[in-house]
Amino acid sequence: MTETQIYGVCGAGLIGIGLYGAILGRSALRRLLAFNLIGSGVFLVFGAIARRGGLAGGGASDPVPQALVITGLVVAFAATAIAVALLMRLAAVEGEDASSRAASRSTDALSPPVAASASNSAGGEEPARAGD
Amino acid sequence: MPPLAAIAPWLVGPRSSELLFPILALPVMSLLLAPLLGARGARLLALSSLLIGLALALTCASALVSTGTNLVYPLGGWAAPLGVELRLDGPAALMLVLSAALLLLIGLHAAGEFSVRAMGRRATLAFWTLLLGVWAGLNGLFLGRDLFNLYVAIEVLTFSAVPLVCLKGHAPQFRAAFRYLMFALLGSALYLLGAGLMLGIHGTLDIAQIRAILDAAATQPPSTTDPRWATLAAVALMSTGLLAKTALMPLHLWLPPAHGGAPAPASAVLSALVVKGSFFLLFRLWLDLVPYLPELNVGLLLGGLGVFAILLGNLMALMQARLKLLVAYSTLAQLGYLFLLFPLASGASGGLAATAALVQVVSHALAKASLFLLAGRVLAAFGHDRLAELGGFGRTLPMTLLVILLAGLALVGLPPSGGYLVKSLYAAAASQSEAWWWRPALELGGLLSAAYLARILAVAVGSDPVAATASAGGSNPSVRWTGLLVPTLLALGALLLGLLPPTLFSVMDIARPGMGSAGAVAEVMRAALTPAGFWNSAGPVSAMVLFVVLFHGARQSAWGRRVAAAARGLAGFEGWLRQWRTAGSLLLLILLIQGWTAMG
Amino acid sequence: MPGLPLPDPRWADVPLALASLGLALWLTLTRRDRAAVIGFTGYGLLVGLVWVRLGSVDVALTEAALGGGLMGLLLLIAVRRLGDGTALSPPPALLTRLLVGLLCLAVTLGLAAVVLGLPSPAPSLVEAVAQHQALTELGNPVAAVLIAFRAVDTLLESVVLALAVIVLWSFGADRAWGLRPRALDIGPPSSALLLLGRLLPPVGLIVGVHLFWTGADHPGGPFQGGAVLAAMAALVWLTRLGEPPPVDDWLTRLGIVVGPLLFLVIGLSGVVVADAFLGYPEAFTKPLILLIETAKTLSIAVALALLVAGPPELPGSMSTGQPATTESRVTG
Repeated sequence: MTETQIYGVCGAGLIGIGLYGAILGRSALRRLLAFNLIGSGVFLVFGAIARRGGLAGGGASDPVPQALVITGLVVAFAATAIAVALLMRLAAVEGEDASSRAASRSTDALSPPVAASASNSAGGEEPARAGD
Repeated sequence: MPPLAAIAPWLVGPRSSELLFPILALPVMSLLLAPLLGARGARLLALSSLLIGLALALTCASALVSTGTNLVYPLGGWAAPLGVELRLDGPAALMLVLSAALLLLIGLHAAGEFSVRAMGRRATLAFWTLLLGVWAGLNGLFLGRDLFNLYVAIEVLTFSAVPLVCLKGHAPQFRAAFRYLMFALLGSALYLLGAGLMLGIHGTLDIAQIRAILDAAATQPPSTTDPRWATLAAVALMSTGLLAKTALMPLHLWLPPAHGGAPAPASAVLSALVVKGSFFLLFRLWLDLVPYLPELNVGLLLGGLGVFAILLGNLMALMQARLKLLVAYSTLAQLGYLFLLFPLASGASGGLAATAALVQVVSHALAKASLFLLAGRVLAAFGHDRLAELGGFGRTLPMTLLVILLAGLALVGLPPSGGYLVKSLYAAAASQSEAWWWRPALELGGLLSAAYLARILAVAVGSDPVAATASAGGSNPSVRWTGLLVPTLLALGALLLGLLPPTLFSVMDIARPGMGSAGAVAEVMRAALTPAGFWNSAGPVSAMVLFVVLFHGARQSAWGRRVAAAARGLAGFEGWLRQWRTAGSLLLLILLIQGWTAMG
Repeated sequence: MPGLPLPDPRWADVPLALASLGLALWLTLTRRDRAAVIGFTGYGLLVGLVWVRLGSVDVALTEAALGGGLMGLLLLIAVRRLGDGTALSPPPALLTRLLVGLLCLAVTLGLAAVVLGLPSPAPSLVEAVAQHQALTELGNPVAAVLIAFRAVDTLLESVVLALAVIVLWSFGADRAWGLRPRALDIGPPSSALLLLGRLLPPVGLIVGVHLFWTGADHPGGPFQGGAVLAAMAALVWLTRLGEPPPVDDWLTRLGIVVGPLLFLVIGLSGVVVADAFLGYPEAFTKPLILLIETAKTLSIAVALALLVAGPPELPGSMSTGQPATTESRVTG
């Protein structure tokens, strides 16, 4: 097999592994990691296509898919940064809420686990509090 | 030289394609300047550029009408496949005008709410910057003809939409935003993969060029170098990714918490425009890129999912305890109507179905934006939107209730509303392709929409004195009468859409042969005056009255309890669908089925 | 080295692919989040090697700098803040694992079939690029594609970066608006880290600028150079030798947007002088491109560094990184 075939299939495999991790990952951070694996696999498929284009056109690699991958890498990084910031901020807010409600009701109202199907807790605006 | 003659080449002449790049450049420029102007300046900047942008979009649309064909602009002077081209056709022009107008109106409505004085600098700068980001992403989506350019535009849109969800900064909204972001990113990854495969198969990412290659290949006898199968696999990938972003049920897990939890103007933008952006791409992919849609069963899959969405979405809306969640589920149901396009998009009914889908985009955008802004009014007036505790709110906010009724009737499909146009056009398309089985979904959807509208009415005129005596928040800017202007305008726009001159509808036909929108709309409006048309108007209204009566009477009866138990079961099923693992697995399943049905 | 028989690099392909797949599988299945993140950083390096084998050195550089380096830093900070390992989601049932695994396998096999079945001869844009590259006076074809042929994608992507910074800042608490980001404030640096923080940034600065400058004719460019510069800034902030700027600092905001803004302005001027938006006049192509790329590198560096630095925070709110209670895990 040529390297384009090997790495093309490798990319497909990475996408599959990433999809598994993204769906079944047990923590949000894991799912984020898995999503990056998917992205990496997608870019490898691009890379295989770039290599094929390059070999067919007389160079090492087709520059257009390469440029697309570079753009995609930056976008994926920005997405991961946003996701990480969301997670960290969520953890901080949950921590503040937990400590400010430690005396009163349980935390069930705040953290609807995914199993809770009642549409009431599908998330939404908290009742307006003073100063809100 | 008279000024009009000086600018004629751009308005009607050979240089009109040069109007395209300002449409992209203006939102981007404003987006970049917003952080420099700070929170106070960003609001003024956003509103003024939206105003200019609306003028630009209207100019483009009129230039398109004069030229009568596609306007194409190669960026940097480089033609595809090396470079990236922008293209304006009828539907794109329609979407450009709609998004500019709607963003401007929502922005004007939100100008008081999202000011430094009311919300602080963070939320204000964020809101106006993100609004500009949504606009920039949408314009890129509507004008783009290059699959990767479209990908970057989608990302701009997603990165602007997600933070709108968690503007208020509470934990449930951060959770909703993260879920939205993750699912949207999954969708983007699938889309990007499909785009890359397209490049590898065809050597170009330009939709028109790929179409030309496929058309040429179709005339050849089938051979081993036939790009058809690989192309369809790539399109299946892209399509599945876009389905995740459009929240077509059962891939809808992110939408209710996101749209239900965001601040009202943000929800309006999200439901009215953001989800339509990814749908527009689906429109492009299956109708413009791929010439094989008539022979594929994928239309059946998409239409079937659309029917599922119409039914489940409306039923779930009926069962919601909170007003904003009710409106969010209504969005899910109304999105289902968009997907009835695909099974009917080929052959003689194709033009009717395409017109119906585009009218639905416009009509739902107007009505849903209005509803969300009104829900925001209710929330601001009473401090919460729990329907059980809002009994009698119609007495405190009578005008608000009236406009809710108007917007709701537009969704239900009372003539001459946009909803009526959509249902009648789809019904006509179904008859023409002899695919009568789509019609019951249209009727049932209308009845169910009437039901949840009736539920809101029942609550509003109910006898619970709590809400009636609650403070109407006189000092809250959202509850002054000026807060009714924009929602009323939008609701009337949706309700009276059919009264527009039919020739106005022919704008969406430009550069798309075989649509015949003007004639179809005129025909459908004429039918509104016949006895069958009378049923269309009396039907939903009488159904609504019946439901209101039923709600009042049957709540405590044994029959009512049995219905409630069934409803709980359904809610449980829908909640299971909204679990991350379920939704993710269904995403893959739908991908595989789409690929399989696309291959034939 | 002359005379030394080097092995055929093609022998590395299968082991490299298998190693990448194996590491990816491991880091998906391993139990502790921190281990997975460290594995991911190693994975990034492996993938960088794969890119070299695929002949795309520009991408390899970007992957190593962004995907391996900065991303690894970002994720390590996240693991530190969010807690390691004990996840909240219940473990999936065996049946679920089998079903999902089957679905993923089906997708992989389908994709592999499509990839292996790509048409031969492959379509290629190498010649088209080579033909027009001379107009841009750039020796690096990837740079020509990014800055000239597909300029709009690069412009939009710089916009995405700037937008992402504003988005990140919008996540901060209202009370924290106008303060500094503190995600990199992980506590007093160890002596080794302090030494690194003093030695590396000047070197990194030179490397980063060189990477950007040489990108005109050789592999490299604004993204690679900017990423290295951003990493140096992050290192300075990590070691407390410097502090990230407060979010309402106007100069910082200017730094974020100057790249895309200048790109846009020059692109608009192209309408007048080159008769095309995002076109370049023949006389000034190289100088204009260099100007744009310089501004871009600056903006990319600032934006990437700020993306790692996080939203603005009140001092002392989460500086030690361990979550206060078990409730503050993330359910996602």
